[in-house]
Amino acid sequence: MATVQIDNTTFQLLHFTLQWADNALINGHRLSEWCGHGPVLEQDIALSNIALDHIGQARSLYQYAASICNNFDSEIRQQLFASTALNQKISKGELIDEDDLAYLRDAWDFRNTLLVEQPNSDWAFTVARSFYFDTFNFFWLSSLQSSSDSVIAAIAEKSLKEVNYHLRWSSEWIIRLGDGTMESHQRIQDALNDRWSFTGELFQPTEADIAMLSMGVGVDLSRIKQQWLDRIHAVLNEATLIMPTSVWMQEGGKQTRHSEHLGYLLAEMQFMQRAYPNMQW
Amino acid sequence: MTTKSFQEHFDNQIENEVSIEPRDWMPDDYRKTLIRQISQHAHSEIVGMLPEGNWITRAPSLRRKCVLLAKVQDEGGHGLYLYSAAETLGISRDEMIEQLHSGKAKYSSIFNYPTITWADMGAIGWLVDGAAIMNQVPLCRTSYGPYARAMVRVCKEESFHQRQGYEIMMTLANGTEVQKKMAQDALNRWWWPSIMMFGPSDADSPHTAQSMKWRIKRFSNDELRQKFIDVTVEQAKLIGLTVPDPNLKWNEETGHFDFGEINWDEFWNVVKGNGPCNKERLQARQKAWNEGAWVREAAIAHAQKSKLKAAKNNKQKSETA
Repeated sequence: MATVQIDNTTFQLLHFTLQWADNALINGHRLSEWCGHGPVLEQDIALSNIALDHIGQARSLYQYAASICNNFDSEIRQQLFASTALNQKISKGELIDEDDLAYLRDAWDFRNTLLVEQPNSDWAFTVARSFYFDTFNFFWLSSLQSSSDSVIAAIAEKSLKEVNYHLRWSSEWIIRLGDGTMESHQRIQDALNDRWSFTGELFQPTEADIAMLSMGVGVDLSRIKQQWLDRIHAVLNEATLIMPTSVWMQEGGKQTRHSEHLGYLLAEMQFMQRAYPNMQW
Repeated sequence: MTTKSFQEHFDNQIENEVSIEPRDWMPDDYRKTLIRQISQHAHSEIVGMLPEGNWITRAPSLRRKCVLLAKVQDEGGHGLYLYSAAETLGISRDEMIEQLHSGKAKYSSIFNYPTITWADMGAIGWLVDGAAIMNQVPLCRTSYGPYARAMVRVCKEESFHQRQGYEIMMTLANGTEVQKKMAQDALNRWWWPSIMMFGPSDADSPHTAQSMKWRIKRFSNDELRQKFIDVTVEQAKLIGLTVPDPNLKWNEETGHFDFGEINWDEFWNVVKGNGPCNKERLQARQKAWNEGAWVREAAIAHAQKSKLKAAKNNKQKSETA
């Protein structure tokens, strides 16, 4: 069988959408792990709320990604993912949906950043991860509101309203912990230092990022990197915390090379679909 | 007014269905009974987040994941309203939580049963929330105002949860063989504990008579249990599931279902701490609380610093003005 030439632009749009969708799902999933275990009831509720926003955003994005997939010729569709389960569906001529993308791909088809798949560890590590990611997400979405792709612009606009609140929530916690007790100050500083090495990847453009930027669909990551640094610096300053110093930056998630954590997360998340395939729930 | 006239006034209010409010005089035992009942109810919401929270990370679709997460979040919200209602009686949330962790305060025993399969999310919504609604709807008219008002909100959301649970069960019952089996298995495990949720038989319920007199409670345990069984048996039939009670039979004369003997030995054992998950549930709550201690301390410390800073700024402003 001759390999069919894939329309590169649409292919990059798919990867671009999945990068964003996977960030939302994995981050939302991690935050949902807190449900019932938060340090105080109000925060338990707040985190569940935020988790719901992220998973809701992921759903819109996966629906868009699925429609992009379904528009490819069937021969091309079978080359898109390494997942046997997904390809079986496609080879039967079935259309794929949001759940297929979330539940049937293995880690090597996921495009989220390493940052969001890092474990919750404790409250400080969760707040640090959220703060770095929410700040990124805020500038990312602000920029995407003017995307030339109308679906992407619409999802960005809707999501930004939610992310405004996320950013306020995580920034306030950075300040509360930094300018709280000696213990909280130390804990949040340690967490910020530790998670810092996962922030470089947020701004590393992939092939999809570059292609989408050139078409007016995507984001200029170098521009939002400066905005991100400025905002992080301002909040840490108010929190009496020190900006972590540059270290070697971890990367690979956006290129589908993940940490060990993602495999376990997926094993848990995808358990039902794997153990009881092809059913309606 | 003398104590006697206070008592008369209170009795009159109860008699005339005028709600009792936090600033009103009330008998000590009325207050104690309410604190016990409302805090137990609040704890049940919070501990109840655990068995369902257990499936958030494994829900079978993104829609189900969102619905379940939102539901468990609602339970947390119910806990909040109820703790607030109890606080109007002169006990702090921290004190109530301390009583939960020390084992002095109870929570609904149903949450000491494990959630083993996805169908348990359906069974809990359908049966456990269904039973809770039977208990709680009359509480919307309970004599203590803040409790009654909290329950109006709780009941609205619970009836939504009950429908969601039933819809999960219906989807499974209309699904593949293994899904039907999963639904029946969940019903088999949750049926008896659910009907035990109404508490001991009237003859063995120490608080019922007084609570009914005070109009905290409006129906007896057995009345509510019967009502739940009558409704739920029909719902099970509708989706082709079998209630696991061989003695269940429609009684033309009474107009109710007769049902088999409840295993009260199991009920009292689970209440005493011997249920399958009593230890895990309490440990999970204690762990969350203990590990969160430094976070709560930091929040308090920061709030105090901010207050001081604001006061200082105000002072400077007024001096320069």
